[in-house]
Amino acid sequence: MSNTAKTFAVAGAVAAAMTTALTGAASAQSKEKCYGVSLAGQNDCAAGPGTTCAGTSTVDYQGNAWTLVDAGTCASIDLPALADGTERKGSLEALDRDLPA
Amino acid sequence: MTTDPLPIAAVDQTAFTRAMMDAAVDTPKGLRDSQNRPAGRRFNVYRNNVAVSLTEALMQAFPVVTKLLGEENMKGLAGIFLRAHPPQSPLMMFYGDEFPEFLAGMAQLSHIGYLPDVARLEQMMRLSYHAADTAAIDPAALGALTPEALMEARVSVAPTVHLLRSPWPVVDIWRFNMIDGAPKPQASAQDVLITRPEFDPQPAALPPGGATWISALMGGETIGQAFEVASQENNNFDLSATLALLLQGGALTEIHRKD
Repeated sequence: MSNTAKTFAVAGAVAAAMTTALTGAASAQSKEKCYGVSLAGQNDCAAGPGTTCAGTSTVDYQGNAWTLVDAGTCASIDLPALADGTERKGSLEALDRDLPA
Repeated sequence: MTTDPLPIAAVDQTAFTRAMMDAAVDTPKGLRDSQNRPAGRRFNVYRNNVAVSLTEALMQAFPVVTKLLGEENMKGLAGIFLRAHPPQSPLMMFYGDEFPEFLAGMAQLSHIGYLPDVARLEQMMRLSYHAADTAAIDPAALGALTPEALMEARVSVAPTVHLLRSPWPVVDIWRFNMIDGAPKPQASAQDVLITRPEFDPQPAALPPGGATWISALMGGETIGQAFEVASQENNNFDLSATLALLLQGGALTEIHRKD
């Protein structure tokens, strides 16, 4: 392959990769951390040992434990109301409700 | 009654460490409890906790290896490993660096040839998980370069990126064991690219020549030079598919134009 041909082969391949990456990113659902929605012991964290986070929440809907959910859905997840009747909602920030005693 | 301050026992650290890692060795001399009595069986509790917690750390760190071997076998192996390779650092999140080589050296496991590479993949996934955050380039930035500038450009690669070249279908083995409904692995060699597009690292199988291209880029070659090397290795090197994996994984952090 001549140098010019190589240059155009690379340019063409890069253009194709950009298209794949841009359309792929749009179709692949992105995720967000959602606090206060996971059941006890079911919170996310694929960190392995040494980080004591995954599966360590001890109460349902613990406010400072998160789960990865599809982006944009965190606040709309249906949760049972709190004992006093106020609504529970997921949050993108850690919450101070439902903390273990 | 006030408790006397703990006696500063003249316990030899080397003897202590040896006894900690070998249940056949007696409790180190001079080791006393808070009541100034010989530590005795309390030391056994401590010794057992060390072994159990390191075993658990290894099982969490290598879930696929654990699944392939079965829990009982993994526990037995972990017991041998942790005594031969006690942690060199208090950062438990990286413990097990020597585990793949250890597996490769076990004659009893030589019939499971892919096991060390599966362990390498799991260790790299963990390194990727804990690597620093970086901002990925916008894929469109590559389109702003002329074809000539593109050939002479260099890129910076995120610290989350790892490459593994394997004669085994390691990605497929990993997927089959970690993802529900993933297809059965077929016998084939796989080069693996690990990226961290969101919060969790993802392994992907690279097309032929892809690993060579990426390692040339990581070694500071230009896009054009790297293409040259990869094409020499494989005539049909698929640059497009390889680059798409990098872009989707947020693996490129900077483009350096030749000035």
